[in-house]
Amino acid sequence: MIHLEDTITAMATPNGVGAISIIRISGNKAIDVADSIFKGKMHITDANTHTVHYGKVVDAQNNFIDDVLLTIFKAPNSYTGEDVIEVSCHGNPLIGQKIIDLLLEKDVRIAEPGEFTMRAFLNNRIDLAQAEAVIDIITSRSDASLRGARNQLDGLLSNSVSILRNSLLDTLSFLELELDFSEEDVEFVAKDELLKKITLIIKKIDELLNSYRFGRVIRDGVNVAIIGKPNVGKSSLLNYLLKESRAIVSSTPGTTRDVIREEISIDGVLFKLFDTAGIRLSEDIIEKEGVRRSNEAIVNSDLVLFVNDVEQGYSEDLYDELRQLTKEDRIITVMNKIDLSSKSDLGDGIKISAKTGEGIDNLIDQMKQSTLGSANYSEKSAIVSNIRHFQCLCSARNSLSDAIVSVNQKYSGEFIAVDLRNAADFLGEIIGEVTSEDVLNNIFSKFCVGK
Amino acid sequence: MSNGYDIIVIGGGHAGIEAAHAGAMMGCDVALITMDRFALGRMSCNPAIGGTAKGHLVREVDALGGIMAGTADHTGIQFRMLNRSKGPAVWSPRCQSDRKLYSEEAYRIISNSPNIEIVEESVVEILAAGGKVVGVSTASGKFINSSAVILSSGTFLNGKMHTGLVSTTGGRYGEKPSLGITESLSRLGFLSARLKTGTPPRLKKTTINWEILEEQAGDDSPQPFSYRTDKSVFPFLPQVSCFITHTDDSVHRVLEKGFDNSPMFTGLIKGVGPRYCPSIEDKIVRFSEKRQHQLFLEPEGLNSDQIYLNGFSTSLPANIQFEALRKIKGLENVEMVRPGYAVEYDYFPPHQVDLTLETKKIAGLYFAGQVNGTSGYEEAAAQGLVAGINAAAKIIGKRELVIRRNEAYIGVLIDDLVGKSTDEPYRMFTSRAEYRLLLRQDNADRRLLKYGYEYGLIDKAIYNELKEREIIISKAVNFCNDTKINANFINAHLNSRSLSEIDSTETISKLCKRPELGLSEVLKFVNTTEENRLFARALMENDLVLEQVEIELKYEGYLKRQDDMIKKLEKYESTSIPLTLNYQSIKALSAEGREKLNKIKPRSIGQSLRISGVTHSDIAVLLVYLKN
Repeated sequence: MIHLEDTITAMATPNGVGAISIIRISGNKAIDVADSIFKGKMHITDANTHTVHYGKVVDAQNNFIDDVLLTIFKAPNSYTGEDVIEVSCHGNPLIGQKIIDLLLEKDVRIAEPGEFTMRAFLNNRIDLAQAEAVIDIITSRSDASLRGARNQLDGLLSNSVSILRNSLLDTLSFLELELDFSEEDVEFVAKDELLKKITLIIKKIDELLNSYRFGRVIRDGVNVAIIGKPNVGKSSLLNYLLKESRAIVSSTPGTTRDVIREEISIDGVLFKLFDTAGIRLSEDIIEKEGVRRSNEAIVNSDLVLFVNDVEQGYSEDLYDELRQLTKEDRIITVMNKIDLSSKSDLGDGIKISAKTGEGIDNLIDQMKQSTLGSANYSEKSAIVSNIRHFQCLCSARNSLSDAIVSVNQKYSGEFIAVDLRNAADFLGEIIGEVTSEDVLNNIFSKFCVGK
Repeated sequence: MSNGYDIIVIGGGHAGIEAAHAGAMMGCDVALITMDRFALGRMSCNPAIGGTAKGHLVREVDALGGIMAGTADHTGIQFRMLNRSKGPAVWSPRCQSDRKLYSEEAYRIISNSPNIEIVEESVVEILAAGGKVVGVSTASGKFINSSAVILSSGTFLNGKMHTGLVSTTGGRYGEKPSLGITESLSRLGFLSARLKTGTPPRLKKTTINWEILEEQAGDDSPQPFSYRTDKSVFPFLPQVSCFITHTDDSVHRVLEKGFDNSPMFTGLIKGVGPRYCPSIEDKIVRFSEKRQHQLFLEPEGLNSDQIYLNGFSTSLPANIQFEALRKIKGLENVEMVRPGYAVEYDYFPPHQVDLTLETKKIAGLYFAGQVNGTSGYEEAAAQGLVAGINAAAKIIGKRELVIRRNEAYIGVLIDDLVGKSTDEPYRMFTSRAEYRLLLRQDNADRRLLKYGYEYGLIDKAIYNELKEREIIISKAVNFCNDTKINANFINAHLNSRSLSEIDSTETISKLCKRPELGLSEVLKFVNTTEENRLFARALMENDLVLEQVEIELKYEGYLKRQDDMIKKLEKYESTSIPLTLNYQSIKALSAEGREKLNKIKPRSIGQSLRISGVTHSDIAVLLVYLKN
């Protein structure tokens, strides 16, 4: 359901084009939410409308994401007529995505296509003549979702969400049976049984949630940063990977002078390789901008290829710095130039020669393994690739967790039913089904009730 | 206007008497047209009022100033609060009624109402001119004029009763059908369809072996339905028990012998029956794995020699019914006073009425009760009341009454009927109410008394008493949030109940949130100041306030979530759509959305959201169009 009371966000600039990206947030929580991810000279909750603030965006662990400019437009003097925040960040799609991800953790949802404009219209911010245009935007959305429904990926997801929702409705029917037909001679559900059913549904939802990383990989590709000290062979590795991959997707120079971006496809998975050639980390650097870009690439990568030269040895200090910026399981340690070394102990990591190609297969396997995980996704697996679906599943899961708490606290069925019904509604949003009749229909078909 | 009334009510069942009573209370001249003045408020089916969700409706009807609750209180012979082991939202009051006394009490109220004239006639045509109702004509050839007509004729429209392959015309056992109304409404463009419902055989009380049956007694301290009933003299009548028995294989086998002559299975009955109230033959066929079915033996009245066999609704041939009955435990020597039967009748799929229950086609014409496809006395009474209030409001120039889903089960009922229509008899269930936790039987007055007062159905004194109570409730909630209990005072008690102790101090609210602790139990330990002690004591003695405060504190989190949801949807609920909106001209709507919207003609965006087939982008399109 489109809730006009929700606070919404989306990229306001085209993806990946231009030196600056703008993320727009609109709704009554916009200022509070922006403030919670922003570190500037002052809290923007105290700031005046139409002011611009310089500061940093940080995540929940206080990790630096980007330097940004944040502009405040208070209701009603904004594009939508609601409180609006515009975040101007560096024009790297990864950063934009990261900031949106942070916002989505804070009771903000992704805007539907055309929703900013629609809100603007409903709040008298744009002129009546634009009504038709608004409707076009809205209806093009339904066309798009129609097309989406034909997509196999979405079809598989709908199918498994629908199965989950049905088993949730079954569980709900048991509860409702006890409430509406307590005088009847039917068996009611035991607490243990109820917990078992709910837990099973949570487990299935988790499987779907876990597929989101894979789903995004399929949709957006995997961002891989190649990091290492000078002359460890980063460029050679990049070149070898390009040669090795069966399809070179594109070879465009990066938008910045220093970061090169290449896209390769390996077994249907798109890897976007960011070579940080020419820039170094901390001690070696002179140029502050260089550090920023390098950090940025690491923070926002799904994978980091940490390249070392077997002769120079494993660079522990650089690894420690990497660990500040990304998770351990995202780092693949690579020991390069094994063709040049006579050492018997080549250290830990994947041993390769970017020159001869020795060990590259292992590296590619590891890259796939790290990205896709051990889960065995096939063409027939239901996979979440859409952020809206992901959000609905998260919400459904939260409601089910609430339900478990209520069951354990021995709340009566009507309270637990609220949580289960919410969960069913969230699942229903994914497949476009919301109806209260389902539960009663289920009861009538399964149980002999009625005097 | 000679020979004219403000309002004509057709039918004196549970919908009709509420409609007539409400209209009359609001100052309108009302003609209540019935074929039999002594059939007013007659219980055609089981001799009981209330039950899950239905009990809520009765309390709501009472808060709005209706007569059902009081009538049930005065004629009830067993009162029970169902679902007491569950949370307060699903507690539902129910009573067994003395069928004869109930009808007599209804007749007393209606005949004592100075503005109501009971007219013994059969209406054969509803007359309209220029899109407005003008009156009715009767079988005896009279024309009666009125500004409004409320049709509440129950199962009588082209009513047909079936027992086995024998069918007779009639709206109820021993009563004639109503002919002509459906046809006159069809000519006015209304759509009609058939529904079916059934009733079980009636048994002779003295031929049942009561000794061997399981007894089901009423509550030890019965609670009345009505806020206005004087509890000090309640209950008014002696209280009696119901009894329980079961069918078994031998009963089922006898019934099966009659399947070849079943009007249901042979297709004689065309109408759709209720799935929640299946006939015994239906239960046997659809749930063949179930070896037995529970039956309730309900007394028809204190002095009646008849017993109502709840759970054994059937339209099988009478001889089969009788043979099967005698196989049931306790009924080995039973005499059947009259067989069960199914009744088929016309209804008008309810998307044809507005949320006020006025028809969309003909101004001044209202439908209430089974003609709208519902079943149940309580559902009928609720609609009769709303139709009566709205018909009168229109005449005397008051605003219309539309009750929302978040305000009452009555709101859920009418919104469901109008927005979803129905093709089987519609019954209320608590699970139909998405705001179930808020719509409790204990707070119906807090939700609705203001409307009863607004339309002149509730006395000022009663309304003022509620307003004062509301002030005390909010004071008491604050008191519980602010007042702390000292560990020294309460820990010994917590210990004695094997509950975990508190550290130093804890607010009353927080303690009360523990499932094991009741509010009055905690209030005993208030010991900060003399003023607080006095307040706590006063609160403990005020049952009505105490109950509300306790529920608000205990379930605060859940109640707040429901409140938040209401707020979230408020914008949609309050964005109204004119009935005249031309959906055909809005090209951007989806084809299905356009068709459904055009059929139902919702009054608000909120209502549109609940129509199946209307997509989110249809809603967005509507929002944009309405802005224009």
